[in-house]
Amino acid sequence: MTSHPAPEATGPDADAPPLARLVGATRRYGDVVALDGVTLDVPAGQLLGLLGPNGAGKSTLLQLLCGLRRPTSGTVELFGRPPWEPAGRARLGMTPQETGLPPTLRVGEVVDVVAGHHPDPVPTAELLERFGLAELRRRQTGGLSGGQKRRLAVALAFVGRPRLVLLDEPTTGLDVDARHDLWDAVREYHRGGGTVVLTSHYLEEVEALAERVVVVDRGRVLVDGTLDEVRSAVPARRVRLRAAALPDLGAERVVSHGDHHELWATDADALVRRLVQSGSEFSELEVSSPSLEEAFLAVTAAGGQDRGTHDRGTHDHGTHLHGEQHRTPTRDPRPAQTSEGPR
Amino acid sequence: MSAPSSSRGATGTATARPGPGAVRLTALHTRAQLLETVRVPVAVVGTIVFPTLTMLFFVVPQPFADVPARATAATAQISLFAVMSVCLFTYGVGVAEDRALPWDSYLRTLPVGAGPRLAGRLLNGLAFALASLVPLVLVAWLLTAATLPLDRLLLTTGALAAAALPMLGLGLWIGYRMTTKAALAVAQALLLPLAFGGGLFLPPDLFPGWLDAVSRWLPTRAGRDLVVSATTGVDLPATTWPVLAAWGLLTAALAVRAYRRDEGRRFR
Repeated sequence: MTSHPAPEATGPDADAPPLARLVGATRRYGDVVALDGVTLDVPAGQLLGLLGPNGAGKSTLLQLLCGLRRPTSGTVELFGRPPWEPAGRARLGMTPQETGLPPTLRVGEVVDVVAGHHPDPVPTAELLERFGLAELRRRQTGGLSGGQKRRLAVALAFVGRPRLVLLDEPTTGLDVDARHDLWDAVREYHRGGGTVVLTSHYLEEVEALAERVVVVDRGRVLVDGTLDEVRSAVPARRVRLRAAALPDLGAERVVSHGDHHELWATDADALVRRLVQSGSEFSELEVSSPSLEEAFLAVTAAGGQDRGTHDRGTHDHGTHLHGEQHRTPTRDPRPAQTSEGPR
Repeated sequence: MSAPSSSRGATGTATARPGPGAVRLTALHTRAQLLETVRVPVAVVGTIVFPTLTMLFFVVPQPFADVPARATAATAQISLFAVMSVCLFTYGVGVAEDRALPWDSYLRTLPVGAGPRLAGRLLNGLAFALASLVPLVLVAWLLTAATLPLDRLLLTTGALAAAALPMLGLGLWIGYRMTTKAALAVAQALLLPLAFGGGLFLPPDLFPGWLDAVSRWLPTRAGRDLVVSATTGVDLPATTWPVLAAWGLLTAALAVRAYRRDEGRRFR
């Protein structure tokens, strides 16, 4: 389909009111604070990636934006209205969780149900064609494969010709081809002037799509900036090794447990070179490129115990990295957490 | 695959176009819920056949099945039981199940208020209640001496609806207040004692004095007396309307409170 670039397609319009806005939004579940005073604007035409581990508060943030839950305190607006008013959600597109499709309804029926809520929906046949689901129209959703369900779930977000689309981990469980198809669909929608908020576990996905990245952890916004700003805020490589005595290698962050060391650096090659040149004994050397949020977590978690040489200022919650990075002496008071393994 | 562009909205030309009205949305949700339920035939058959089976086992073989007034009263009692089990299960357990499903959460993100979704649910339950009454009435008509003059049909329908109101409130309260497992347990725990105590299986004139005294305070007894009076024309006890109204208000208040506090699943 050919896209017709809208006025906003060139980028976020600074003067236009944001499509969605949270101001000091806090959400508690009993004693648990899921979201802690988050302030965030989503301007028209932006493609925003929301990164963070499970339980970080991403889902709660989306649930506040789409009106499923109300903030315990603070305000949330969608198109200038409270999102729990149905009219506020008229131009919102959202994906259900893949497991959430009613298993006994047919693909076409599910699309029709959603289309029935909108004044000018994309015709069902056309939508299914675009998302490669045309032949499955008569199939009950319970009989679809995981990938087909996910495609249908994502397609549903676009039925009502939305101005803002919230995609909650749209490609989880998809193979590489399907993931790239879906990325193309999101890009095309964005080129046509659409606004997207996307959550993901994958740095790759956020890198491929997002103009702006917001990293959330433990209910707070850790970092908010362009992809480049965010990337430069954290060291990109993780070097692990065992050594009885570790010389100063100029790592940006060092986390040590006994003779196990984890070093974070932007340039791992230089670091390894210095390690070898230092002549110290070491073993089990391992260099990896962890996901962006893993890097963030390691950096923030290291706050309490780091003996690193640099403080890159990533622990200040809500730091906006527009332009230059803030250097802040604030130490993260939270206990260190280990961030081993895939999340 | 390619996504439709947001053309109209993004250029800001079609912002004022109104969405579908409440009637259309109600029809949409009613139809979708009916389809979902009808595609699970076991559930449908269970709801519709169970009251009729009760009739076949507990009324048809009895000697009083040949006494018109007694058979009519028994049919009325079991009709109320059918409506009651729809209220407790379709509304109670069904709503609790739906709330636990991600699809229900998804529907709440669409531009539709609570009204059409709830109306769809009520119409759905009504359809099942009516569907379960059809074979019941057929059995009563063909196999017992029960009679219902046409002029009493409307009155009986109204009486059934009024008698069902406290049950409806109770069902919705269970559905919106409890998890699926709790809802199932509570619905089952309430169904039989309320049905038996209210005289829906055994007529209350067979009750010992103490049970009859307790029974008069139950919503099912008040409902039973109302429906039996509507079908057979026997006098209505003075307690019927006050008891029914009190239970109706109480359960409605509970249901509304539970509904307002509901945000779907109570965890992230």
